[in-house]
Amino acid sequence: MEGLSPEVWIAVRLTVELASITTLLLLVLATPLAWWLARSDAWWKEVVAAVVALPLVLPPTVLGFYFLVALGPGGPGGWLAGLWGGRTLAFTFEGLVAGSVVYSMPFVVQPIRNAFEAMGERPMEVAATLRASPWRAFWTVALPLARPGLLTGAVLGFAHTVGEFGVVLMIGGNIPGETKVLSVAIYDFVETQQWHETNVIAGGMVVFGFLAVFAMMLAEKRMRPAGA
Amino acid sequence: MLNRRSFGVGIAAALFAFGTLAGPAMAATARVAVAANFTAAAKEIGTAFQKQSGDTIDFSFGSTGQLYNQISNGAPFDVFLAADTKRPKMALDQGYAVKGTDFTYAIGQIVLYSTDADLVKGKQTLTKADFDKIAIANPKTAPYGTAAVQAMKAMGVYASLKPKVVQGNNIAQTFQFVESGNAALGFVAFSEVAQSEKGSRWVVPSDTYDPIRQNAVILKNGKGNAVAKAFVDFLKGPQAARIIKKYGYATAKGN
Repeated sequence: MEGLSPEVWIAVRLTVELASITTLLLLVLATPLAWWLARSDAWWKEVVAAVVALPLVLPPTVLGFYFLVALGPGGPGGWLAGLWGGRTLAFTFEGLVAGSVVYSMPFVVQPIRNAFEAMGERPMEVAATLRASPWRAFWTVALPLARPGLLTGAVLGFAHTVGEFGVVLMIGGNIPGETKVLSVAIYDFVETQQWHETNVIAGGMVVFGFLAVFAMMLAEKRMRPAGA
Repeated sequence: MLNRRSFGVGIAAALFAFGTLAGPAMAATARVAVAANFTAAAKEIGTAFQKQSGDTIDFSFGSTGQLYNQISNGAPFDVFLAADTKRPKMALDQGYAVKGTDFTYAIGQIVLYSTDADLVKGKQTLTKADFDKIAIANPKTAPYGTAAVQAMKAMGVYASLKPKVVQGNNIAQTFQFVESGNAALGFVAFSEVAQSEKGSRWVVPSDTYDPIRQNAVILKNGKGNAVAKAFVDFLKGPQAARIIKKYGYATAKGN
């Protein structure tokens, strides 16, 4: 790790912060959404599911473009920023969080929804006959049963946010300590032919990606009840 | 299903036959890698060249750094139109380019630009600094960004403006930041605003920054390619110079 400039470490810290906050927000938002998608009988729920899944298939440049417009003075982001005298949410850490939440949402919703669906109606019915309120049954029965899905969602959401590039590039403005995350830093190093830094960070990302996926698989295997 | 499939196979076979037959005979084309800021001008020059010679140019656009990396990894380009002098020189030093073929095809200029018709008035706009964010291209990777920083330093406003600076990855993205209104104003390439009248702008005095020389070079891959040679000659000619000037660049001879 010798010879790496401080800007690399600033980027590492920023990336971890961004991914952590995004993952927490995603768990809070995605869990009820996944629950509704798993349980609802509404005919249009697959429409909602498709909209949530859109970032999987859209090029990051499309998302980045819409974010740039939405975060700017003419969009909701600019209105929000106006509350504290700002002009835009682009070029801010908060803007990146907003973008990342949308961008990584499908990676979190899908595993949790699968977990809720795999569980079936039965556990909740049993809990109801034992006079547990739906709210209590959700916390004490459904969530623990869905643990592997929650874990998978959290790891994927975190890793995918770390790996995010196109959207950040388009709305970030490359500000050290604010929006210059690792993937953008690598891009700069490649553009300026700084191969040492490029190799170290790129190698580190590969190792991190492998560990994340591998740990997730191990944990999932251990947690999954026998026969499920 | 079967019909459709055999149809597809037929097309593939026809394309293959066409490719093998026509390939060597029809070498009347050259592949040119072009720095993104020169996109519009290059296309127009390409069209004019084709009209005159009947030969075609295949353009690939990208940032100078990325194009250089592709070239150093064996991309089959014949000519390289960079946005700086550094990368063509590196290509020569590393043996990817033909010695003695490099020349300045355009000189870029920077403009302080805003979509707000009343914001940019001149140097005083920068000293008053009555704005939230100012966009520049990444000074590490983009010559237009380097020039913007030099100009701000020369005008003595860099230290005070630095906290307001946001960086586009290249000059095209910098323009997007300004055009979408996310940044109130920014240093963009004159070529990006030369074709329109809107907003407000100030052509930054050219003595505040080093000239943004954009150099071209013939690559090893294009050494024996007559079209590549003809295109480079065309690029040096008066017709190309008119187009280059129309897009807001100066040419090397200064006229």
